[in-house]
Formats: sequence, C-alpha cells, structure tokens
Amino acid sequence: MRRLLAIGYWLLAPAASGGLAAQVTTAPKLPPPPSLKVPAVEEARLPNGMRLVVVPMHEVPLVQIVLTVDGGARQDGTLPGLATFTANMLDEGAGSRDANALAAEVAYLGASLNTSADWNGTNVSLRVPKRSLGPALDLMADVVLRPSFSGAEVKRQRDLRLANLIQQRDQPTAVANLAYNATVFPQGHPYHRPIGGDSVSTSALDSATVRQFYARTMSPSQAVAIVTGDVTLAEVRREIEGRFGSWRPAGPTATSASSPASAPPVPFKRTTVYLVDKPNAAQSVIRIGHAGVDRKHPDYYAIQVMNTLLGGSFSSRLMTNLRETKGYTYGAGSRFDFQPIPGAFTASADVRTDVTDSSLVEFFRELRRIRDTLADPTELERTKQYLALRLPGSFETTGQVAGQLANLLLFALPYSSLNDYVGRVMAVTAEDVRRVARTYIKPDSVAVIVVGDAQKVQAGIEKLQLGPLVLQKP
Amino acid sequence: MPGIPMFRLVRALPLLLGAALPLAAQQPAPAPAPIRVPFVMDTLPNGLRLIVHEDHSVPVVTTYVWYHVGSGDERPGRTGFAHLFEHLMFMGSQHAEYPQFDRLLEAAGASNNGSTSNDRTNYYEQGPSSALPLMLWLEADRMGWLLPTMDSAKVDLQRDVVKNERRQGVENQPYGLVEDAQPGMMYPPGHPYSWTVIGSMADLSAASLEDVKDFFRRYYAPNNAVIVVAGDVKASEVRSLVRTYFADIPRGPAITRPEIPAFKLARDTFAVLEDRVQLPRVYNNWHTVKVTDPDDAALEIVSYILTGARNSRLTQKLVYDLQIATNVTAYQDGKRLDGDFALFATARPGHSLPELQRVIDAEIRKLADEGPTIRELDQAKNSLESRFLSALESTTRKADQLNAYYYFTGNPDSFQAEIDRLRAVSAEDVRRVIRTYLLGAKSVISVVPIGKPELAVRAGGVVP
Repeated sequence: MRRLLAIGYWLLAPAASGGLAAQVTTAPKLPPPPSLKVPAVEEARLPNGMRLVVVPMHEVPLVQIVLTVDGGARQDGTLPGLATFTANMLDEGAGSRDANALAAEVAYLGASLNTSADWNGTNVSLRVPKRSLGPALDLMADVVLRPSFSGAEVKRQRDLRLANLIQQRDQPTAVANLAYNATVFPQGHPYHRPIGGDSVSTSALDSATVRQFYARTMSPSQAVAIVTGDVTLAEVRREIEGRFGSWRPAGPTATSASSPASAPPVPFKRTTVYLVDKPNAAQSVIRIGHAGVDRKHPDYYAIQVMNTLLGGSFSSRLMTNLRETKGYTYGAGSRFDFQPIPGAFTASADVRTDVTDSSLVEFFRELRRIRDTLADPTELERTKQYLALRLPGSFETTGQVAGQLANLLLFALPYSSLNDYVGRVMAVTAEDVRRVARTYIKPDSVAVIVVGDAQKVQAGIEKLQLGPLVLQKP
Repeated sequence: MPGIPMFRLVRALPLLLGAALPLAAQQPAPAPAPIRVPFVMDTLPNGLRLIVHEDHSVPVVTTYVWYHVGSGDERPGRTGFAHLFEHLMFMGSQHAEYPQFDRLLEAAGASNNGSTSNDRTNYYEQGPSSALPLMLWLEADRMGWLLPTMDSAKVDLQRDVVKNERRQGVENQPYGLVEDAQPGMMYPPGHPYSWTVIGSMADLSAASLEDVKDFFRRYYAPNNAVIVVAGDVKASEVRSLVRTYFADIPRGPAITRPEIPAFKLARDTFAVLEDRVQLPRVYNNWHTVKVTDPDDAALEIVSYILTGARNSRLTQKLVYDLQIATNVTAYQDGKRLDGDFALFATARPGHSLPELQRVIDAEIRKLADEGPTIRELDQAKNSLESRFLSALESTTRKADQLNAYYYFTGNPDSFQAEIDRLRAVSAEDVRRVIRTYLLGAKSVISVVPIGKPELAVRAGGVVP
C-alpha cells in the first residue's frame, strides 16, 4: 500500500508545484503590543498575624491557594532534608484522618493538595473547584494545623525516601546538580547540602525530630496565603479566618531573619574541573558556574537581559553555538538562581560523550565573548523585547498569577515593580550588558562539573588546561 | 508515558493539576454548568481548516498548527523521520530564512515549540496578541515555501540534534532502553505503532534530503493541516489574516492510508534488559483500544483506581502496605488507531520483580472480581475531571485540545463530551474492561541491574 501511495504522489506533484508565487514576501508590521494589565491585588491580615493576598479571577470556577510559611530548608540545621521531609509529612495523616483517608477525601472533592518546602519556606497549596472550596479548606487546615506525624507514617516515608535516594544515583542530571551545589557552596552554606537530604540524615529522621521542626517553624505570623481565582477578598477572609483564625504558634519560631549566618561562598582561585565518573554514559552532563547575585541588586534587570542573551532563550548564544551550529547537544543554556540567599549562576548542557572537550571550549568561548565584546544592537533589542513583551503571558492562569506574587513577596518587593519591569528592561544598554557580564561571570574562577565516562573524556578535558581536574566516583 | 511526544526543545510534561466537580453523592449541589469552548470554523479552498476561539481575559494569543502526520506514517527504514522533519520546520523557509523564525518571534515577545507523536505533528507560537500576524505569516511561509531553502547541511545538523535528544531521553536515561523494546512487543511488524517516535540511530542516519522533500510534498499540505487560534483576537480578523497568508498555498495530494488489520496479542511475551540501574523495574503492557473507543474512558478509570492516588489499590499495597516498591504507575494510552495500557513498578532494595508481579496480578484480578466501590469510582471520576477546568485557564492548552478533539472526534469542543464519557462509566464497566483487556496476554519487560538477571519476571509464571 505504501508503494501505491508513492505513485499517487508523483502523479500529483507537478500540479502541486504550479502556484507557488503569491506569498507575502516580507514579515508583517505588527501593531503596538498590548500593555500588561497588572491584576489588582487585595490584602488583609488576620488578628493572629496571618497575611492574605487575593487576586480575584472569575473566568474559570476554580480557586488556587498557596500558603507559604517563612522558614524552609535554610532551617535544616544539622539534618539536611528535614524541612522537605516535614512538609512531605504534613498530609500523611492530619486531623481525624490517616494518610489514605485524607488523600481519598481531597481527590473526592476534585481538589489537589500539595505540600513542599524550598530553601525559604514551607508551602501548602490547594487547587479546588469553587463549589468545593469550604470542605477542601477544612482538609487544608487539618494539614497545616493538625498534622499527625505518627511514628508509623514517619518511618514509612523515611524508608521510601531512602529508596528514592538510591534511585537518584542513576540520574546523571541529579548527580550533576548535587555535585555542583556541593562544590559551588562551601561547607556551612545551606545550599552545600542536598535539600532532599542524604542517606545519613534521612536515616536519623523520626517523629520527634519532625514535630520539633514543625513547632519551631510553623507560625501564623510567618504565613502568607496567596489566593487567586473565582473569589472575593471578603469571601477569602471569611473562609480562611474561620479555619485558621485560632492558629497560634507552638512557641518561639525561627524565621529567615533569625537564620544562622551562612558561610559565604568563597570565589574559586582558579577554574577547577570535577569529573564524576559514569562508565559507558552516552552523554556528559555539564554544569559550569559559581555563586550568583542578590535579586535586589540594581543590576538585576541588566543581568536578566545579559543572561537571556547568553543562554536564556532559543536564539541565545549558547543554544545557537552548541546546538544549532555545532550539533553537540539537544539544548544548552544558562541561568541565575535568584533567592534571598543568592543561588548560583550556572551554564549547562548534556553533550555527546566524544565532544565533551569541544563543548567546554565553546562554553568558555561564549562566557568570555559576552565579557569582551559589546552585544550587536539587533541581538540586544530582540532580547529586551522578548523579556518585556512576553510578560502578559505570565499572568494568564491562577497558578501563574500566584507564582508572580509569591516571587515578589519572597523578596519583599512592591507589586508596582511589575509596572516598572518593561521600562527597566528596555533601558538596558549594550554597555550595561558587558559591564554586568564582567562583574558577575568569572570564567577564570568557575567550578566545572562533568558527569560522564571518565575513560573517554578525561584526557581531552585535561588537554584544555582549564585548571586542575578532580576525578570523583559518584 | 502516555502519548508523550518528542519535542523540538526540552519541555516539561504538562501538569494535570487537580480541580474537579464533586459528584452529588455527598453534597446535593446543583449540577455544574456544562463546559463550553465556543469556536468558529472556516475551510479555505485549498483545504486548510481554521478554528478560532476568542478569549479576551488576557491580551495573549496562541496559534497551534496540527499536521495530521506522525511517526505512524513513516516507512520501513526511516523510523524517527516525522520527528526529524519537525526539527527541520524551524530551519528557515523562502521568505523567512534561518534563523529568522525564532528571532522574529522572540522580538515580538512570543515563544514557540513543536512536538511529534505517533499520530500527528504540532507546532505552536504563543505570545502577546499583537504578534498574531507574524505567527500566521511564519506558519504560512513554512507550510508553502519550506523546500526552496532546504539543503542537506540542515538535515545533517538537525539529525545530530535529534540524536542528542535520543541520547538524553533513551541511552543516558535509567530504564530508557525500554522505550526501544516495547513497541515491537506490543504491535505486529509493520503496524504504525510498532516502532518508536524517536526512531533508531541507524534510521536517523539514513534519512536524506530526498526523504525530506517527499515527506513535505506528501504530508505538509494545507488539506492535511488544521490551525487553531485562541486568545484575545477577533475571529473575523483572524479569518482574513489566514486567507491573506495561506490562500495561495496549493492543495496537496489526497492522503490515503492502508487499512491496518485488527490484531490480538497471542500470548504473554517476556524480555529482560540489563541496565545501569540500582533498582529493578517491571513493565506490563496490554493491548487495549483507541482513544475514541467507548472503553477508553473505563480503562482510564481503571488506571486511576490502581495507581492514580496515594490510596489507589496498587500504590497503597506495593508502596505503603507491603513497602516492596518505590512507585507504581499505570495509564491507558489510547491513540488514533489503537491503544495500549501500561503499568510499571520499581522494586525497593532487597526485593525482586516477581514479588511485585504477584501483587500486581492479584490486585488486578481482585478488581475484576469484586469491582470498585462506589466511593472509589466517584473519587476517580471527580479527580480525572479536574483536568478540564485547569485546561480552560490557558489559551495554549485550549488550542491544543481543540485541535486534538477535532482530529480524533471531528468536534473541536468535545470537553463536556469527554467529561460525560467519564461520568457514564459504571462499576460493571470497570470489571468488564479488566476482564476483556487486562486479564489476557501482555508483554512483560524486566529491567534489572547489570549482572542480576535473577531479579526478572520470566515466562512460566512468577515463581520466586
């Protein structure tokens, strides 16, 4: 049958190629872009200190609540993974329900409830059809205020996490990210250790430890609920106050302000390569970088433009070079991880094993070029417009709006900074880009992590003389 | 994973965040208003179909083009070609030469991507509503004028990129080898689904510029494409723009496809793969039904009752009660022509795959014998329905879904029909579809650490 198809096509082809003349031959002139309608944010505070931030969005009968309690994995202390584990335990039994009954009830309501922790806080999010808001909030209040932390469930989740940690060793990207953080951030810095814990810290987890962590981090005065969707402020206030109004802290709580001072990252004296051996790997996973920069630094907008141009969009230099010109990878890019305690600047790609050294050459070429020469005006203009004009698309769904607000709240930035965004981005000049590249990208003192087949890639990397090479077993 | 297509660029899986309408069993609330996604449809003389959905809530727009060609249309020796071709669609066209496609869109604040599945190849641009004329012009230029600037250097380059994509997703991915082994065990030789979307390295190496030209002329014609535009636009203006840019692209040859003979899996098949993994994993796959079959919804509910939530039967049993698995996942993967049901579970340290397989077999048998409780069934329906409300929040998701419904059912606005189909599934349907599809022949693939074949599930029953 497929042969017949081929014959049919050849008969028709001449006719099909006849009329190829009338296409509009130049790209259309576009109308002026729409301006962003920054959603109106309404706020209230409960007497116990819990803060409510509400954006009514009535297009879809859906409500999204993201409750964040300041604290998070920065408070892990001597047990890495404690915050994420405690957050994970919140919905493993709460109120009068065990873990299964709770999961069943949430799903029966058509809701989804997620608990997690990041470096900065514990997050409980609920997404629910409007008509089930009340009963779903009852469950959410149980999870936040009355978690069971039963010994049996803690042990169950602890053992599961231990098994998952074993599986993680098979994931080259996970191995690379852990090695990268442990290298860029020194001992004593919170990011040095895995947010998901390691086998030693996980083995030490028990019910008492989890309860203690809960008691010292969870407090209404540290809590913000961002509510987006088919609701009004009055409604939110009524529904939340009825369930969270009696929330009192168990005792004095730790906050990010009271975080133990962390060891500041020490710049590398010279670039150092850490090669994590993964025999027979088909690709090498590459991470290159160093500690990053504070979100509140006035250079923030110039850094965003610079990074987008370097490795933050499809047309960026790293993608164009390593993927579209050389064909070394499926994707290459770079990012600055902005956190209240600054995260890292990282350039990354998964590359074919036999071009691991050639890929490093191209990475370093681009890291130097953006410092050494001024960006082409067309390239710069495109990059700025890409950042500025796509902003409206970041406010479409309840989840996106909640995410945008959460990010501003994390850095205590005013909502009006959204209105300033376009102007600040468009004001960045080629000189600004070069200046921030020189200030915040240091190719001579980066950590280079390569997870790959050492036997095949080590000699080639050494020939580049990037700096000392340290061979590690995973 | 179900229908997970190959992407031109790394893209996270869409999250199906929950949000559903509870059934009336507990709360006597009025029935929720039916979901409607209004659209207007237009067909150009060259056969191109246009579907427009207006949504004025945010000043954004998505253009989503579906070409009705996928890996299932590839010929022997050219597996992976539809997806390689997808990559070439970004390599420039006569009036928008490489790399103008990405650069013009980025300058207009728009992002874009494409993806390929067994049945279709799709492309989207998403951005401020002002970018719509550019999106349509670029799509028109590559639909009508791709070949004048195509050359073998472009094919060679994207061949390398796609091979890297394959390395990243298959060779360098724990358990990735399964992807290569599975289709051939589930579909007979020559069946369009008997090879992978990503294709084999050898076939990717063999693809030529002539193949590209043939494929384009045969499948990338307006009469084999549907454009959905969704967002802050006026349907009449979209219609006029589309006519301006696309009307002169000539109709392509009619596409006829060979009838695919029906088949049944004759017997259980077993495979053992040794891989660089710490923990063994077992995959079970059954031949089921296509996406439009009435039993597709019942099978989706079965997958939820087995593994969809923490309290689902297999999750609870394997992961939390017996604690012999780290995870278990099941899904019904209904495609255009046919479908399969997949289930996989990873053993915890110290446990073997036959241990897991025995529990899997017993729980499926038990669900077939006893059926689900009403509460269980309602939980599954309420939870599965949740995806529909979430999809309505995003113009991109609506545009993709309108296209999918149109292709598979002929009616773009089938959101409510799909909910109704889920709601109609009875406990007896659940028992029946398990008996019909999941108690019969299956393929069993064991992935075990290198040198540990004794951990695998083998033919002749799952004796330890």
